Amino acid sequence: MFNQRTNLWHNFWIYMLLFSIVLFFILPMLWLVIAPFSSKASLAVKITLPSLNNFRELFKNKVAMLAFKNSFIISFSSTIIVTITSMLAAYALSRTNFKWRSTLLYSLLLFSTVVTGIAAMVPLFVLNLRLGLIDSYLSVIFVFIGGFLPVSIFIIKDFFDAIPKDYEEAAIVAGSTPSQGFFRIILPLSQQGMVVIALYIFMNTWGSFLMPFILLRSVNKYPISVAIYNFFTQEGLPLLGLLSAYSLLYSIPVVVLYIIINKKFGFGFHGGIKG
Amino acid sequence: MHEVVLEKVTKKFEKVVAVNKVSFQVNEGEFFTLLGPSGCGKTTILRLIAGLELPQSGNIYIKDKNVEKLLPKDRNVGMVFQNYALFPHMNVFDNIAYPLKIRKQSPEEIIRKVSEVAENLQIKELLSRKPNQISGGQQQRVALGRAMVQEPNVFLFDEPLSNLDAKLRIEARSFLKCLQKELQTAAIYVTHDQKEALAISDRIAILDKGVIMQIGTPREIYKNPENVFVAEFIGDPPMNLLDCSLKCDHNKTVLDFSQITLDISPIKDLVREKVNDGEAIIFGIRPEDITIEYEDISPNIIRGEVFMVETLGPETIIHVKIGDLILTVRDFSEPNLNMGETVWLKIDLNSVYIYKKEDGKIVI
Repeated sequence: MFNQRTNLWHNFWIYMLLFSIVLFFILPMLWLVIAPFSSKASLAVKITLPSLNNFRELFKNKVAMLAFKNSFIISFSSTIIVTITSMLAAYALSRTNFKWRSTLLYSLLLFSTVVTGIAAMVPLFVLNLRLGLIDSYLSVIFVFIGGFLPVSIFIIKDFFDAIPKDYEEAAIVAGSTPSQGFFRIILPLSQQGMVVIALYIFMNTWGSFLMPFILLRSVNKYPISVAIYNFFTQEGLPLLGLLSAYSLLYSIPVVVLYIIINKKFGFGFHGGIKG
Repeated sequence: MHEVVLEKVTKKFEKVVAVNKVSFQVNEGEFFTLLGPSGCGKTTILRLIAGLELPQSGNIYIKDKNVEKLLPKDRNVGMVFQNYALFPHMNVFDNIAYPLKIRKQSPEEIIRKVSEVAENLQIKELLSRKPNQISGGQQQRVALGRAMVQEPNVFLFDEPLSNLDAKLRIEARSFLKCLQKELQTAAIYVTHDQKEALAISDRIAILDKGVIMQIGTPREIYKNPENVFVAEFIGDPPMNLLDCSLKCDHNKTVLDFSQITLDISPIKDLVREKVNDGEAIIFGIRPEDITIEYEDISPNIIRGEVFMVETLGPETIIHVKIGDLILTVRDFSEPNLNMGETVWLKIDLNSVYIYKKEDGKIVI
């Protein structure tokens, strides 16, 4: 039989360990929630007199506010374009078979994940320069699309592969065109996958710093990830109050989006596909 | 008028010939079954008719119309898939209504037709449920409803009963047959289960490796299997098929099984007309056409040893060993036999089948 007491002690140490790990990860978030509202923000998590001064000052900053618009434009358009195009491409790749199909898929995936970011920085800059796209949203959007398309095709294809072909065939025999079969049957069955992909792309583009930083020149086109550097002094010291307030605002859309989607679709992949 | 006609239809998948010059006609209101072992191309034929596959050569006619250039949606066939393929995100009503909705019929019309079908299939109380909330048998009915509601030219059933448990399957097959007769719509049914095929069909086509071996009514197929494949395939337990050769003496005609011989003098004229002396043939006899005797009573009788006894309720299957040969006997008299016991087998010569060894075609 178990000795109850040792068991309790055993548990106690486990809880202590877990608590310290949790603390380690939760501290930055605590800081993010507390610092914006303190009048004298510092790097410590310290509750001082609450004030909204940081936000007041932030809202006066034109560049910082414009950055929200810029970020939305860039992230939403990349997300929508990538999701729709990769959905169509993945469907085609899932339902047809041709020689070299998997080779094509894997090499696309490999190049888009391995040869990316810093490695592709110079060529991408030159490419956009030659195309005359430097300092336009399009340049950033194009690069994002190119970067995320293979991964999302790959993941969405997996979702389509999991849906038996019988469903479309049943739909087709019942009188649908192939595209009706896709939009009425396959798409509703794989919507969770679409949503996951869309959220993944949105979060990644929303947080991406390097590409917009390289490709955008004018300050009023910067997305938030770049504009956040406004809140460093000439010497590179952070203005912690403003920075934390801005960071909080920056993270809200992603969190809200996540909550909405989780409520609506749920991220547990239970049921749905099997009949 | 024929509902469905296939003319020398051939379908190849890369180098594999799945369907090889298949021709048949399905008559009005007929229940036609494609029967064969797995991989014989029966499902492919169904898919060719539905338009889910296109043949390399040959013609398919539905209601006397060549459907070569018609998309599946324009062929108006009602197909029931093996796994039913009910759309999981729609409830039963929407599943059944799908063919009508896609054809843009009016909402009143849709409601009327769906409730009519649901009534007929006794699934009215399930209309608001999702497919994963109903049982297998109910799912099967919903799939049937989806096929029925569009009033198709022909029903295509792809092993619709194979996912049901044994008891439900028998119930469902009589239901299916009644329904089909009531609707007066021709049906093409694919199965690998010969009992199902014999029970349900008006006519059966037996396929092997993409080739039709025989077409006929269930009785014809059972009584006159035209070749060794059909003889072997139809019947449970299967027909006894033994290699032998014909030996003709001046006054005796015997089948030589190398260890034993069987005098077939009563039917010698029939045999000798078509088989040469010494020619290799295959001798076939159904298990129920052999009688077990307990003593050596008549001259043309074979002595054997009981090898195995299977008691199956009304019938008993007895495997009898004669030298190296094993014959299966089906007995309805509830015999009391033990392994190793000596018995004598009497063969009903009027029920003997003889096939040519070289091409497997029937002689008598």
